[in-house]
Amino acid sequence: MSNFFDILFSTDFAFSVLRVMTPILFAALGALISNKAGIVNIGLEGTMLVAALTGVIVSAYTGSAWIGLLAAIVAGVAIAALLGFFTLKFKTHIILGGIAVNMFASGGTVFILYLVSGDKGASTSLKSATLPSLHIPLLEDIPVLGPILSGHNVLTYVSLACVAGLYYLLAKTPLGLRIRSVGENPQAAQSVGVRVNRVQFISLLISGFFAALGGAYMSMGYLSLFTRDMTAGRGWIGIAAEAVGRSTTIGTFLSSLLFGAADALANALQILKIPAELVGTTPYVVTVIGLIVYAVAEARMKKRKMAKRALK
Amino acid sequence: MIKAAHFEKIRTLAVILIALVLTFLIIAIISDDPLRTISIFLFEPISSVSHLGNVVEMAIPLMFTGLSVVLLFRTNLFNLGAEGLFYFAGIVASTIAIHWTLSGWLHPIVAILAGALTGALLSAIPGVLKAKWNVNELVTSLMFNSILFGVGLYFLNYKLRDPQAFSNSSYKLQPSALLPHLIPGTRIHLGLILALLCIVLVHYYMYRTRWGYELRMTGSNRSFAEYSGINTTKVIITVHLLAGFLAGMGGSVEVLGMYTRFQWTSLPGYGLDGALVALLAKNNPLSVIGAALFLAYIRIGADQMARLSDVPAEMISIVQAVIILLISAEQFLKFWKTRMLLKEAGIRE
Amino acid sequence: METSPLLEITNISKVYPNGVVANANVDFSLAKGEIHAIVGENGAGKSTLMKMIFGMEEPSEGEMRLNGQKVKFRSPQDAIDSGIGMVHQHFMLVPSLTVVDNMILGMEPTRGFNIHYKEAVRMTRELSARYNLAIDPLARVEDLTVGMKQKVEILKVLIRGARILILDEPTAVLTPQETEELFKQLQALKREGHTIVFISHKLKEVKAICDRITIMRAGKTEGVFETSSVSEREISRLMVGRDVVLKYDKGDRKPGRPVLQARNLIYVNAEAKRVLQDVGFTIREGEILGIAGVEGNGQSELVRALTGSLPGAEGSVTVGGESILGRSIKDIRDRGVSYIPEDRMRQGAAKDASIADNLISMFYRLKAWNRGPLLNRKKIAAFSEAQIERYKIRAKSPEQPIGMLSGGNMQKVVVARECEAAPKLLIAEQPTRGVDVGAAQLIHQRLLEMRAEGCAILLLSADLNEILEVSDSLLVLYDGQFVAYYPDASQVTEETLGFAMLGVQRQSEAEVRRAIHD
Repeated sequence: MSNFFDILFSTDFAFSVLRVMTPILFAALGALISNKAGIVNIGLEGTMLVAALTGVIVSAYTGSAWIGLLAAIVAGVAIAALLGFFTLKFKTHIILGGIAVNMFASGGTVFILYLVSGDKGASTSLKSATLPSLHIPLLEDIPVLGPILSGHNVLTYVSLACVAGLYYLLAKTPLGLRIRSVGENPQAAQSVGVRVNRVQFISLLISGFFAALGGAYMSMGYLSLFTRDMTAGRGWIGIAAEAVGRSTTIGTFLSSLLFGAADALANALQILKIPAELVGTTPYVVTVIGLIVYAVAEARMKKRKMAKRALK
Repeated sequence: MIKAAHFEKIRTLAVILIALVLTFLIIAIISDDPLRTISIFLFEPISSVSHLGNVVEMAIPLMFTGLSVVLLFRTNLFNLGAEGLFYFAGIVASTIAIHWTLSGWLHPIVAILAGALTGALLSAIPGVLKAKWNVNELVTSLMFNSILFGVGLYFLNYKLRDPQAFSNSSYKLQPSALLPHLIPGTRIHLGLILALLCIVLVHYYMYRTRWGYELRMTGSNRSFAEYSGINTTKVIITVHLLAGFLAGMGGSVEVLGMYTRFQWTSLPGYGLDGALVALLAKNNPLSVIGAALFLAYIRIGADQMARLSDVPAEMISIVQAVIILLISAEQFLKFWKTRMLLKEAGIRE
Repeated sequence: METSPLLEITNISKVYPNGVVANANVDFSLAKGEIHAIVGENGAGKSTLMKMIFGMEEPSEGEMRLNGQKVKFRSPQDAIDSGIGMVHQHFMLVPSLTVVDNMILGMEPTRGFNIHYKEAVRMTRELSARYNLAIDPLARVEDLTVGMKQKVEILKVLIRGARILILDEPTAVLTPQETEELFKQLQALKREGHTIVFISHKLKEVKAICDRITIMRAGKTEGVFETSSVSEREISRLMVGRDVVLKYDKGDRKPGRPVLQARNLIYVNAEAKRVLQDVGFTIREGEILGIAGVEGNGQSELVRALTGSLPGAEGSVTVGGESILGRSIKDIRDRGVSYIPEDRMRQGAAKDASIADNLISMFYRLKAWNRGPLLNRKKIAAFSEAQIERYKIRAKSPEQPIGMLSGGNMQKVVVARECEAAPKLLIAEQPTRGVDVGAAQLIHQRLLEMRAEGCAILLLSADLNEILEVSDSLLVLYDGQFVAYYPDASQVTEETLGFAMLGVQRQSEAEVRRAIHD
């Protein structure tokens, strides 16, 4: 047991929190931007998977991790564009559109992987590249903080930058204002000439962009290969993190961090000889608990307001 | 003359045609012998009694999960939990089939009922959360899929696993628990009758009873239902119970009808397929039969194709995605309907 | 008007995907600098025509010319770019944003990548000073009054450089004073050279402010007139094809025993505002009690308290001596309360469900409507056919989805359902809002029949004509309190009622308390 707490309070553990948080955070940001525009993109999971595979294949053929990353982004944005085309132009129900993306991704990636590598399980036969880790001068020398914050994959830092970037986009820019108004009252936005479909489409593309980064991180950072269904529900956890974070940028970041910690904790728990099958369910259990706590707290808050009023 | 009223049927047919054309296109691109591959895909499933049997066998679980999803979608609930329930009910039914000793006809009944009830109870959790606190049922149900899979796998590996078996599979199910096969030369089992029975019952429930009326009104407009005095909380929980019951029954029936050991080490995927079946069936219980058979047909076609040619079966998931996108695309071919309406309104010649 | 028109529309048609023909071969022309009214019953196609002019709907066919140039608007942006602006009947504002955010949405001034908020505030202030439309640019829209919101809407149109302003029933939500102010502003805009399209079905207003009138009926134009050359009676005849008589012969009234007794009703909302402040009244058998008031003075909370959907309401409400406050909707309905809700799309109907399904929501639970576990289909079919016949619902069959019907026919389904349950108490909230005159008359007649049968009826309406003609007695709700009670509605003039509704005049407490009939 003491061994377990040693792990929990080690800098390695804190480091791993950020490491496992990264894909969840990307997915959560993807969920946030599309939700702000009033469209629920549940295709994040599939988008990540497609991007993960694309990154691996392209980096293997070009030998460059960066070109692989670029291709992954293009693939993710393309999936989002396809989803946007169907939901906005053809009025496919957005949830069903998302299901279609996920269905396409889980089978389609295996299909393509098989065509490319002859293997249906993993991309071991492909010599794919990985994105570098960054050791930040000065920061890495600070005790405690250094080992926690320095030495992460470049995409981990990108994910943090994306939090700031998204906050700025939503709060300060014309596009952000349009996104917020389209999500809250699309008729009002349309009546002043804001092209609702276009704003929603752009939001979906950005959402796809974030998911693609998350996917690329999975296969070119977190691991160094593609395996079947490797995202393992992180897209869904991201959606849950956005909900628990009450659709605010900061809240979404904090809840992603929390889910990252839960995930890292799950790994640490294995040392207590709790079966891996059960430990693996931790992030999902935490998500459900998070959603329940949030919903119940909201109901309580309403009740408390009523009680306060009664006193007056 | 074709009327606007038939629009939906024509559209569904058009989507299926497009999906098939797309299938041929993919095959044409990647296969060395496209014509042969296409003919395998199209005709192999109906080439022999045993292959036809395969189609029907695969349609059985799709009917159960499709029906389960129809109930939920019809109530306007986006719950995709059938997947996890199907799996976990399979574990429960297997446990009873392995460890309990019961007389011949009672054994499968108890095992199936236990699986179905487990499904119902587990399904009620997202249902209650949705109904009482408006927790998003889509997210919770998907989380539950992962949780139930993890717990189920734990049971398989630690409680049911036969160390003498080659792979990760359970002890042998007792023969007394297995469902009898109906047609010689196939593995079509009693579950088919059960599935058809459920479909007819759900049809009557949905369209002919007061509870079905409450379900449909809640799904069509929850505010209207509440205004009418319908207890929609109760309706939502009931629907979740029923849908879970059906998904659970599907999982139990599948294990007892098709296997001699429990051996799913990943989610079998029938839950999400159920959503596809429900879409194809336009949320009508009776249409689930045709939708499940169609999906099973192209699946078996793809399986045969993977076995006999150079195209992997996963290709079919691309086709399925396209079907979902187009079938739920309200605007798809709408221009055509508008033109017909204009004609019927007599504005144009 | 011999000069070439500013905007000319010829032979335009619009068919919606559900098969509704909203406009059929409509012609319309607008001269520069005029205030042009478009009048017509609800559903005559006015709004659709305006939406096409403003690029919100694309015409199925037809042609539109602006300054002689052929134009085709694919989106509101195209219309805005051509100098056309629209103030919608339902405000097109984003509530959680500030006035300035709403003003600049879609045309944000920028500095670098950022929105230049200082400039935006300056622009808003300047414009509001120039057109004498005072507002606080930094206020949140959700905190503004209705009149203020409308000012924001007009400013929004002006800041976008509109020369043609379309106002869709702008006075529907305003008090008489606010209406007067609006008219002054419209005259001022006209003097500055703006052209205004004014949609209304208040003929007095149209006569007061407009130069020309286009009359629409059933998706077609019935003619264009100089306002001075037609009388109100002529306009209304063209609108509905016959004289509108809103006079009912109600016969003698003899109210019976009390049915609904509400006492000391109090409701405080989440913002700690006292929305209902100790109100009480009684409705007796065979009595129609009207509640008048400007919208938002507690009417909807009152109705919700009576129909079981306002948790937190205090006081006592009894129907036939049994308490119903705080009970479930089902319990209340089971005690003989029917309710025609103000919003039939949101609450009153399930739009994808069939007419029959929409008709039986009051009955399907009853034993007589079931045979064992199954619904009695024969009975449902016979009942539905009978109601379609009785209420003259224009439908192909009871199995048709109710969403395919026009507003008036849909409302008749709602009214049929609620009335055929033979309730002790009927609560009718805006029962004829947005329906054509024919349907309105049918509904009014039915209410009067119910009254003759001894039903107690509570009528809430924003339509003064309706509330004065149909009610026996009247209560006026202002700021959560009753401020006037008139035991005989036929003795009340629109003017007195208007004063009470605006809180200018109020009766003594004792006078109001007569409504309790103890």
